[in-house]
Amino acid sequence: MAQLNIRNLTVKFATATGSFTAVDGIDLHVDPGEVLAIVGESGSGKSVSMLAVMGLLPDTATVTADEMTYAGRDLLRMSRSERRKLIGREITMIFQEPIASLNPSFTAGFQIEEVLRLNMGMSRKQARARALELFTAVGIPQPEQKLKSYPHQMSGGQSQRVMIAMAIASNPRLLIADEPTTALDVTIQKQILDLLMKLQEDYGMALILITHDMGVVAETADRVTVQYKGKKMEEADVLSLFESPKSAYTRALLSALPEHATGERLPTVSEFFLPEGSE
Amino acid sequence: MSDAKDTAIVEGRALVQDYSMPGSLFTGSKQVRALKGIDFRVAQGKTLAIVGESGSGKSTLARIIALIDAPSEGELLIDGQPIDITRRRPGPEMRSKVQMVFQNPYGSLNPRQKIGDVLTEPLVINTRVPAAERRERAEAMLQKVGLQPEHSNRYPHMFSGGQRQRIAIARALMLNPRILVLDEPVSALDLSVQAQVLNLLADLQDEFELTYIFVSHDLSVVRYIADDVMVLSKGEAVEQGSREALFADPQHPYTKALFAATPVTDLDAIRARVQRRKEAREGQTV
Repeated sequence: MAQLNIRNLTVKFATATGSFTAVDGIDLHVDPGEVLAIVGESGSGKSVSMLAVMGLLPDTATVTADEMTYAGRDLLRMSRSERRKLIGREITMIFQEPIASLNPSFTAGFQIEEVLRLNMGMSRKQARARALELFTAVGIPQPEQKLKSYPHQMSGGQSQRVMIAMAIASNPRLLIADEPTTALDVTIQKQILDLLMKLQEDYGMALILITHDMGVVAETADRVTVQYKGKKMEEADVLSLFESPKSAYTRALLSALPEHATGERLPTVSEFFLPEGSE
Repeated sequence: MSDAKDTAIVEGRALVQDYSMPGSLFTGSKQVRALKGIDFRVAQGKTLAIVGESGSGKSTLARIIALIDAPSEGELLIDGQPIDITRRRPGPEMRSKVQMVFQNPYGSLNPRQKIGDVLTEPLVINTRVPAAERRERAEAMLQKVGLQPEHSNRYPHMFSGGQRQRIAIARALMLNPRILVLDEPVSALDLSVQAQVLNLLADLQDEFELTYIFVSHDLSVVRYIADDVMVLSKGEAVEQGSREALFADPQHPYTKALFAATPVTDLDAIRARVQRRKEAREGQTV
């Protein structure tokens, strides 16, 4: 059974100028222990579809789907309290800006212990011990000291490690990572991706990685789905996607990579692919 | 000046930049050396890429070259002339030689200024060009960077990120500069838009014989656009050389680490990784 299965997901936003469709009939599934990359540029709806799964969209959004199930359980028709038991425990998410995701007024240790106490029902003492374990697992140097640090005393890479520690605290079955390395330097990006892949393998959880970076896809994904303006363009295993992309959009994206440049000029996406209503 | 040594249009000699960190009640202020003696020279019409991670001092160096900040020590030469902006503010002539494009096209344009005014402002400040001609030049420049003349009546929020970066480039070109300092000009852009902007920069360089100082952390972009590359780490130029030499055979451990960390989209690498994962999984199930 798929860990997460979505059929015909549509997300519409009510705006001042009428309804705007951010996600338009997306199908998506991820198996247990699988790494799925969702690739797209800004405005492709890649984050919105995952926020819909998490139930984190604002009230102006209307979510409809033929099916949205987590391990066979219907997320759409589930009661709020039932859903809250899943979200943040079995399904967790990390975001792009690690520094913005942490509360600047509390220590990293307090914030992760809060997760453990509220979600896992641990005592303060248990939570303290588990937090230390988690900080060690995600490779934070001097973990005991860092538990007492405030977010501004840590680097971007360290903050992202704290976020990852919180996200894996409940031993989730599905981790959604929304551009987890976009704000980070390339050497730190490598460390964080390696860490995510190692945790994914150790814990056997499913991982959905939202990214716009084809390099990140090449280094992490088992399977890839490509989105453009809210629609799915292509879905393939990672090797076939890079070897023989089927959709014109994917081909355009790959040839726009500077490292694939063969001649003097970079081919641009619009040379390959003219979407309807483009500028 | 036919001597090859004198053809450098921008040259830095032992550039040092110190920032002083304000101390608190009990501790004195601290000096942080952001640049520790940088030497470089760029010939007319060439591109020098400055590569490094955050905190390496690459933007500090860019600001010195763009005549925004004065270095604490060392000398900056433009067209062979030493420039010291602390002693004399650069006049219109010097400002017209060097212009800068910033990383974030959302932050670098005034939201209350129409595009036409954005483009004509450098002319108002630095030249005596009459209003009608200023408008004409602005409209011509908009076309050069792939926009329409009628865009001059619109405000920045009406444009996409890629279009705004084109506007920022157009503004930098209004004074016909010879040197363009580009601080991460494509980092905030989507891949498809990045390709368009890189192509535009290449075309403009050919047309106006521009010299680029291109600050970036993205090695694949640098490989595409640079002639020479300087790798900065913690304020020091750990490696400097032609693009071919540097990419073929990086010498310094830091450069090698940068290369190792850059994701590759090479098919063989993906194949090897997929195979490794498959084996690891089979090992687990057995």
